[in-house]
Amino acid sequence: MPAYIARRFMLMLLTLFGMSVLIFVLLRLMPGNVADILFDASGFIDPAERARIEEELGLDQPVVTQYVQWIGALLRGDLGFSYVSERPAIEEILPRIPVTAQLAAWSLLFSVVLGVPLGVISAVRQNTGLDYALRLVSLSGLSLPSFWLGLLILMAFVQWFGFIPIYTETPATPWDGFLIYALPALAVGFRSSALIMRLTRSSMLEVLRQDFIRTARAKGATEQTMNYRHALRNAVLPVVTIIGIEAAFLIGGLIVTETVFNIPGLARFLVEAILWRDYPIVQNLVMLIAVVVVAVNFLVDMLYAVLDPRIRYAD
Amino acid sequence: MPGETATLAATEPAAKAAPAVLEVEGLKTWFFTRGGIVRAVDDVSFSLSEGETLAIVGESGCGKSITALSILGLVPSPPGRIVGGAVRLRGTDLLRVDEEAMRRVRGNEISMIFQEPMTSLNPVLTIGAQIEEALTLHQTALSRAEVRARAVEMLQLVRIPEPERRAKEYPHQLSGGMRQRAMIAMALSCNPRVLIADEPTTALDVTIQAQILELILDLQRRLGTAVILITHDLGVVAETAQRVIVMYAGRKVEEAEVFALFEQPLHPYTRGLMGSIPHLVDETTERLAEIPGMVPALNALPPGCAFAPRCTMATDRCRAEMPPYREWQAGHFSACWHAEALMTGRSPPPLAGEG
Repeated sequence: MPAYIARRFMLMLLTLFGMSVLIFVLLRLMPGNVADILFDASGFIDPAERARIEEELGLDQPVVTQYVQWIGALLRGDLGFSYVSERPAIEEILPRIPVTAQLAAWSLLFSVVLGVPLGVISAVRQNTGLDYALRLVSLSGLSLPSFWLGLLILMAFVQWFGFIPIYTETPATPWDGFLIYALPALAVGFRSSALIMRLTRSSMLEVLRQDFIRTARAKGATEQTMNYRHALRNAVLPVVTIIGIEAAFLIGGLIVTETVFNIPGLARFLVEAILWRDYPIVQNLVMLIAVVVVAVNFLVDMLYAVLDPRIRYAD
Repeated sequence: MPGETATLAATEPAAKAAPAVLEVEGLKTWFFTRGGIVRAVDDVSFSLSEGETLAIVGESGCGKSITALSILGLVPSPPGRIVGGAVRLRGTDLLRVDEEAMRRVRGNEISMIFQEPMTSLNPVLTIGAQIEEALTLHQTALSRAEVRARAVEMLQLVRIPEPERRAKEYPHQLSGGMRQRAMIAMALSCNPRVLIADEPTTALDVTIQAQILELILDLQRRLGTAVILITHDLGVVAETAQRVIVMYAGRKVEEAEVFALFEQPLHPYTRGLMGSIPHLVDETTERLAEIPGMVPALNALPPGCAFAPRCTMATDRCRAEMPPYREWQAGHFSACWHAEALMTGRSPPPLAGEG
């Protein structure tokens, strides 16, 4: 087990290194830098002024030098300054983290809480009307883009309740605070819940055919015990993996959803920073997302070992 | 259905000293498939006395396992359905009780162990937890600690060394023989009246097979459990059972005390099965006899005797009319038009591979 953790941890560091190179290079392959964007706004280009800005920001240096400087500073905890606001990047990023983190957590929670039990029910009631209905809903979940679903939810809210929960840092009641996150989380999490449901269903069907389910039945186990204690414990393994991968997709969904619901989170901020070629913000923000995704997958692998004794004792 | 009256007339087994704990009468388990009705178990009757070992023998697909699953109400449905008969456990017809009552029978009064100890245990639960489960389900009076102690005790009973440690281990950490021992411990934990062992040694090493059989028999003697042993191996039957039922294509074709059966089989199919057992002492270099052909498709059985297409003794009558199931000698039943000839030893029938 310790060897397994160590191996996974090394792999995680390697992945992050690869990610940092990729982020850095891709960003510099994008045409134009912050100086171009600034001049673009004013309508004329002053080559001398442009060179001065580039020199000031270090953009005239070779790419490798720039990379080493970035990583060196990052490892010291220095994220640099935003080109646009000229404030420290850390001050721009930090306050937005809790907003997006809450949204992501609610989405993930929503998708698991909805997806797993519905998947089990669908599998246990295979080929009944309920199963067909659930499969149809999940198929629609996979086909609906989250921003479209977000708009539908907003419209439905207006139609039925006559108001839309608007984002505020200080909600009047806890219920308002919940609503602010719950609706966008619903829009983002629905897709994941559909995927998780379908995977849980097929995985459950696979497990329910196994011999040990027959053994449990022959022991006199109730349907409940058989489905949840025996079948789901086995069927959940591939689902857990998918949850880790979905965590990454979630961030993509958040970018549009934060825009639709007008939530000042990281995802929307990232898009703005990319438009400005605000390298310190984009680099560090994407790196942060990469760390989160890799860490989630690391946790998933650890969870896998907890759930499956065959992996735990593999060493 | 031809042969029905004869079968019903012959269901009463020979007088027994011990009372019957389980009686199966006219059991019919059919599968309703797209290809037609598959009569996996068709009009099978037998009774099992307390402490007795009854062997059910036959090739794959002859209905042995479905008979066992029918007794426990575990036939996959759809497509399977028990369409007739009765399964009486000390007088109560299990086919007439509800699912909840059936659940209390399974693992408690009737237990089952399966062929594949590799796949029959849940890979993510410890051995101990899986034995404890049967106890928590049925012995509700026991405390957590008592349940745990009893599980370890069961592992000790099936001669697993270091039972405390093994109880905390997972199935993949145990060898095949150990897993089957754990399965037996699980099945016997609630002290069932009937143990159904479905090919319990088939998936095991030859050296382990004898140990497991010996264990089952020893525990049976100690706990007084009646055992239904399902096997295709007549060698196993000879060593363990008191009475034998031979099944072919979903029907009983022969039933007798084990000694009488080996002494004088009254069905060519039984003879064929015996011919396919290798003998160490046999000095001749003859090939093992095999029964030509395969078990026919159960949804397209011939009108006469189901074994006729493979039988070297088959006559026109065999192909046209189903032979009645009759008692030819005290306690010795058979469904064959030529049973009398087999009994008197007239016209020794040539079997494929012999001579």
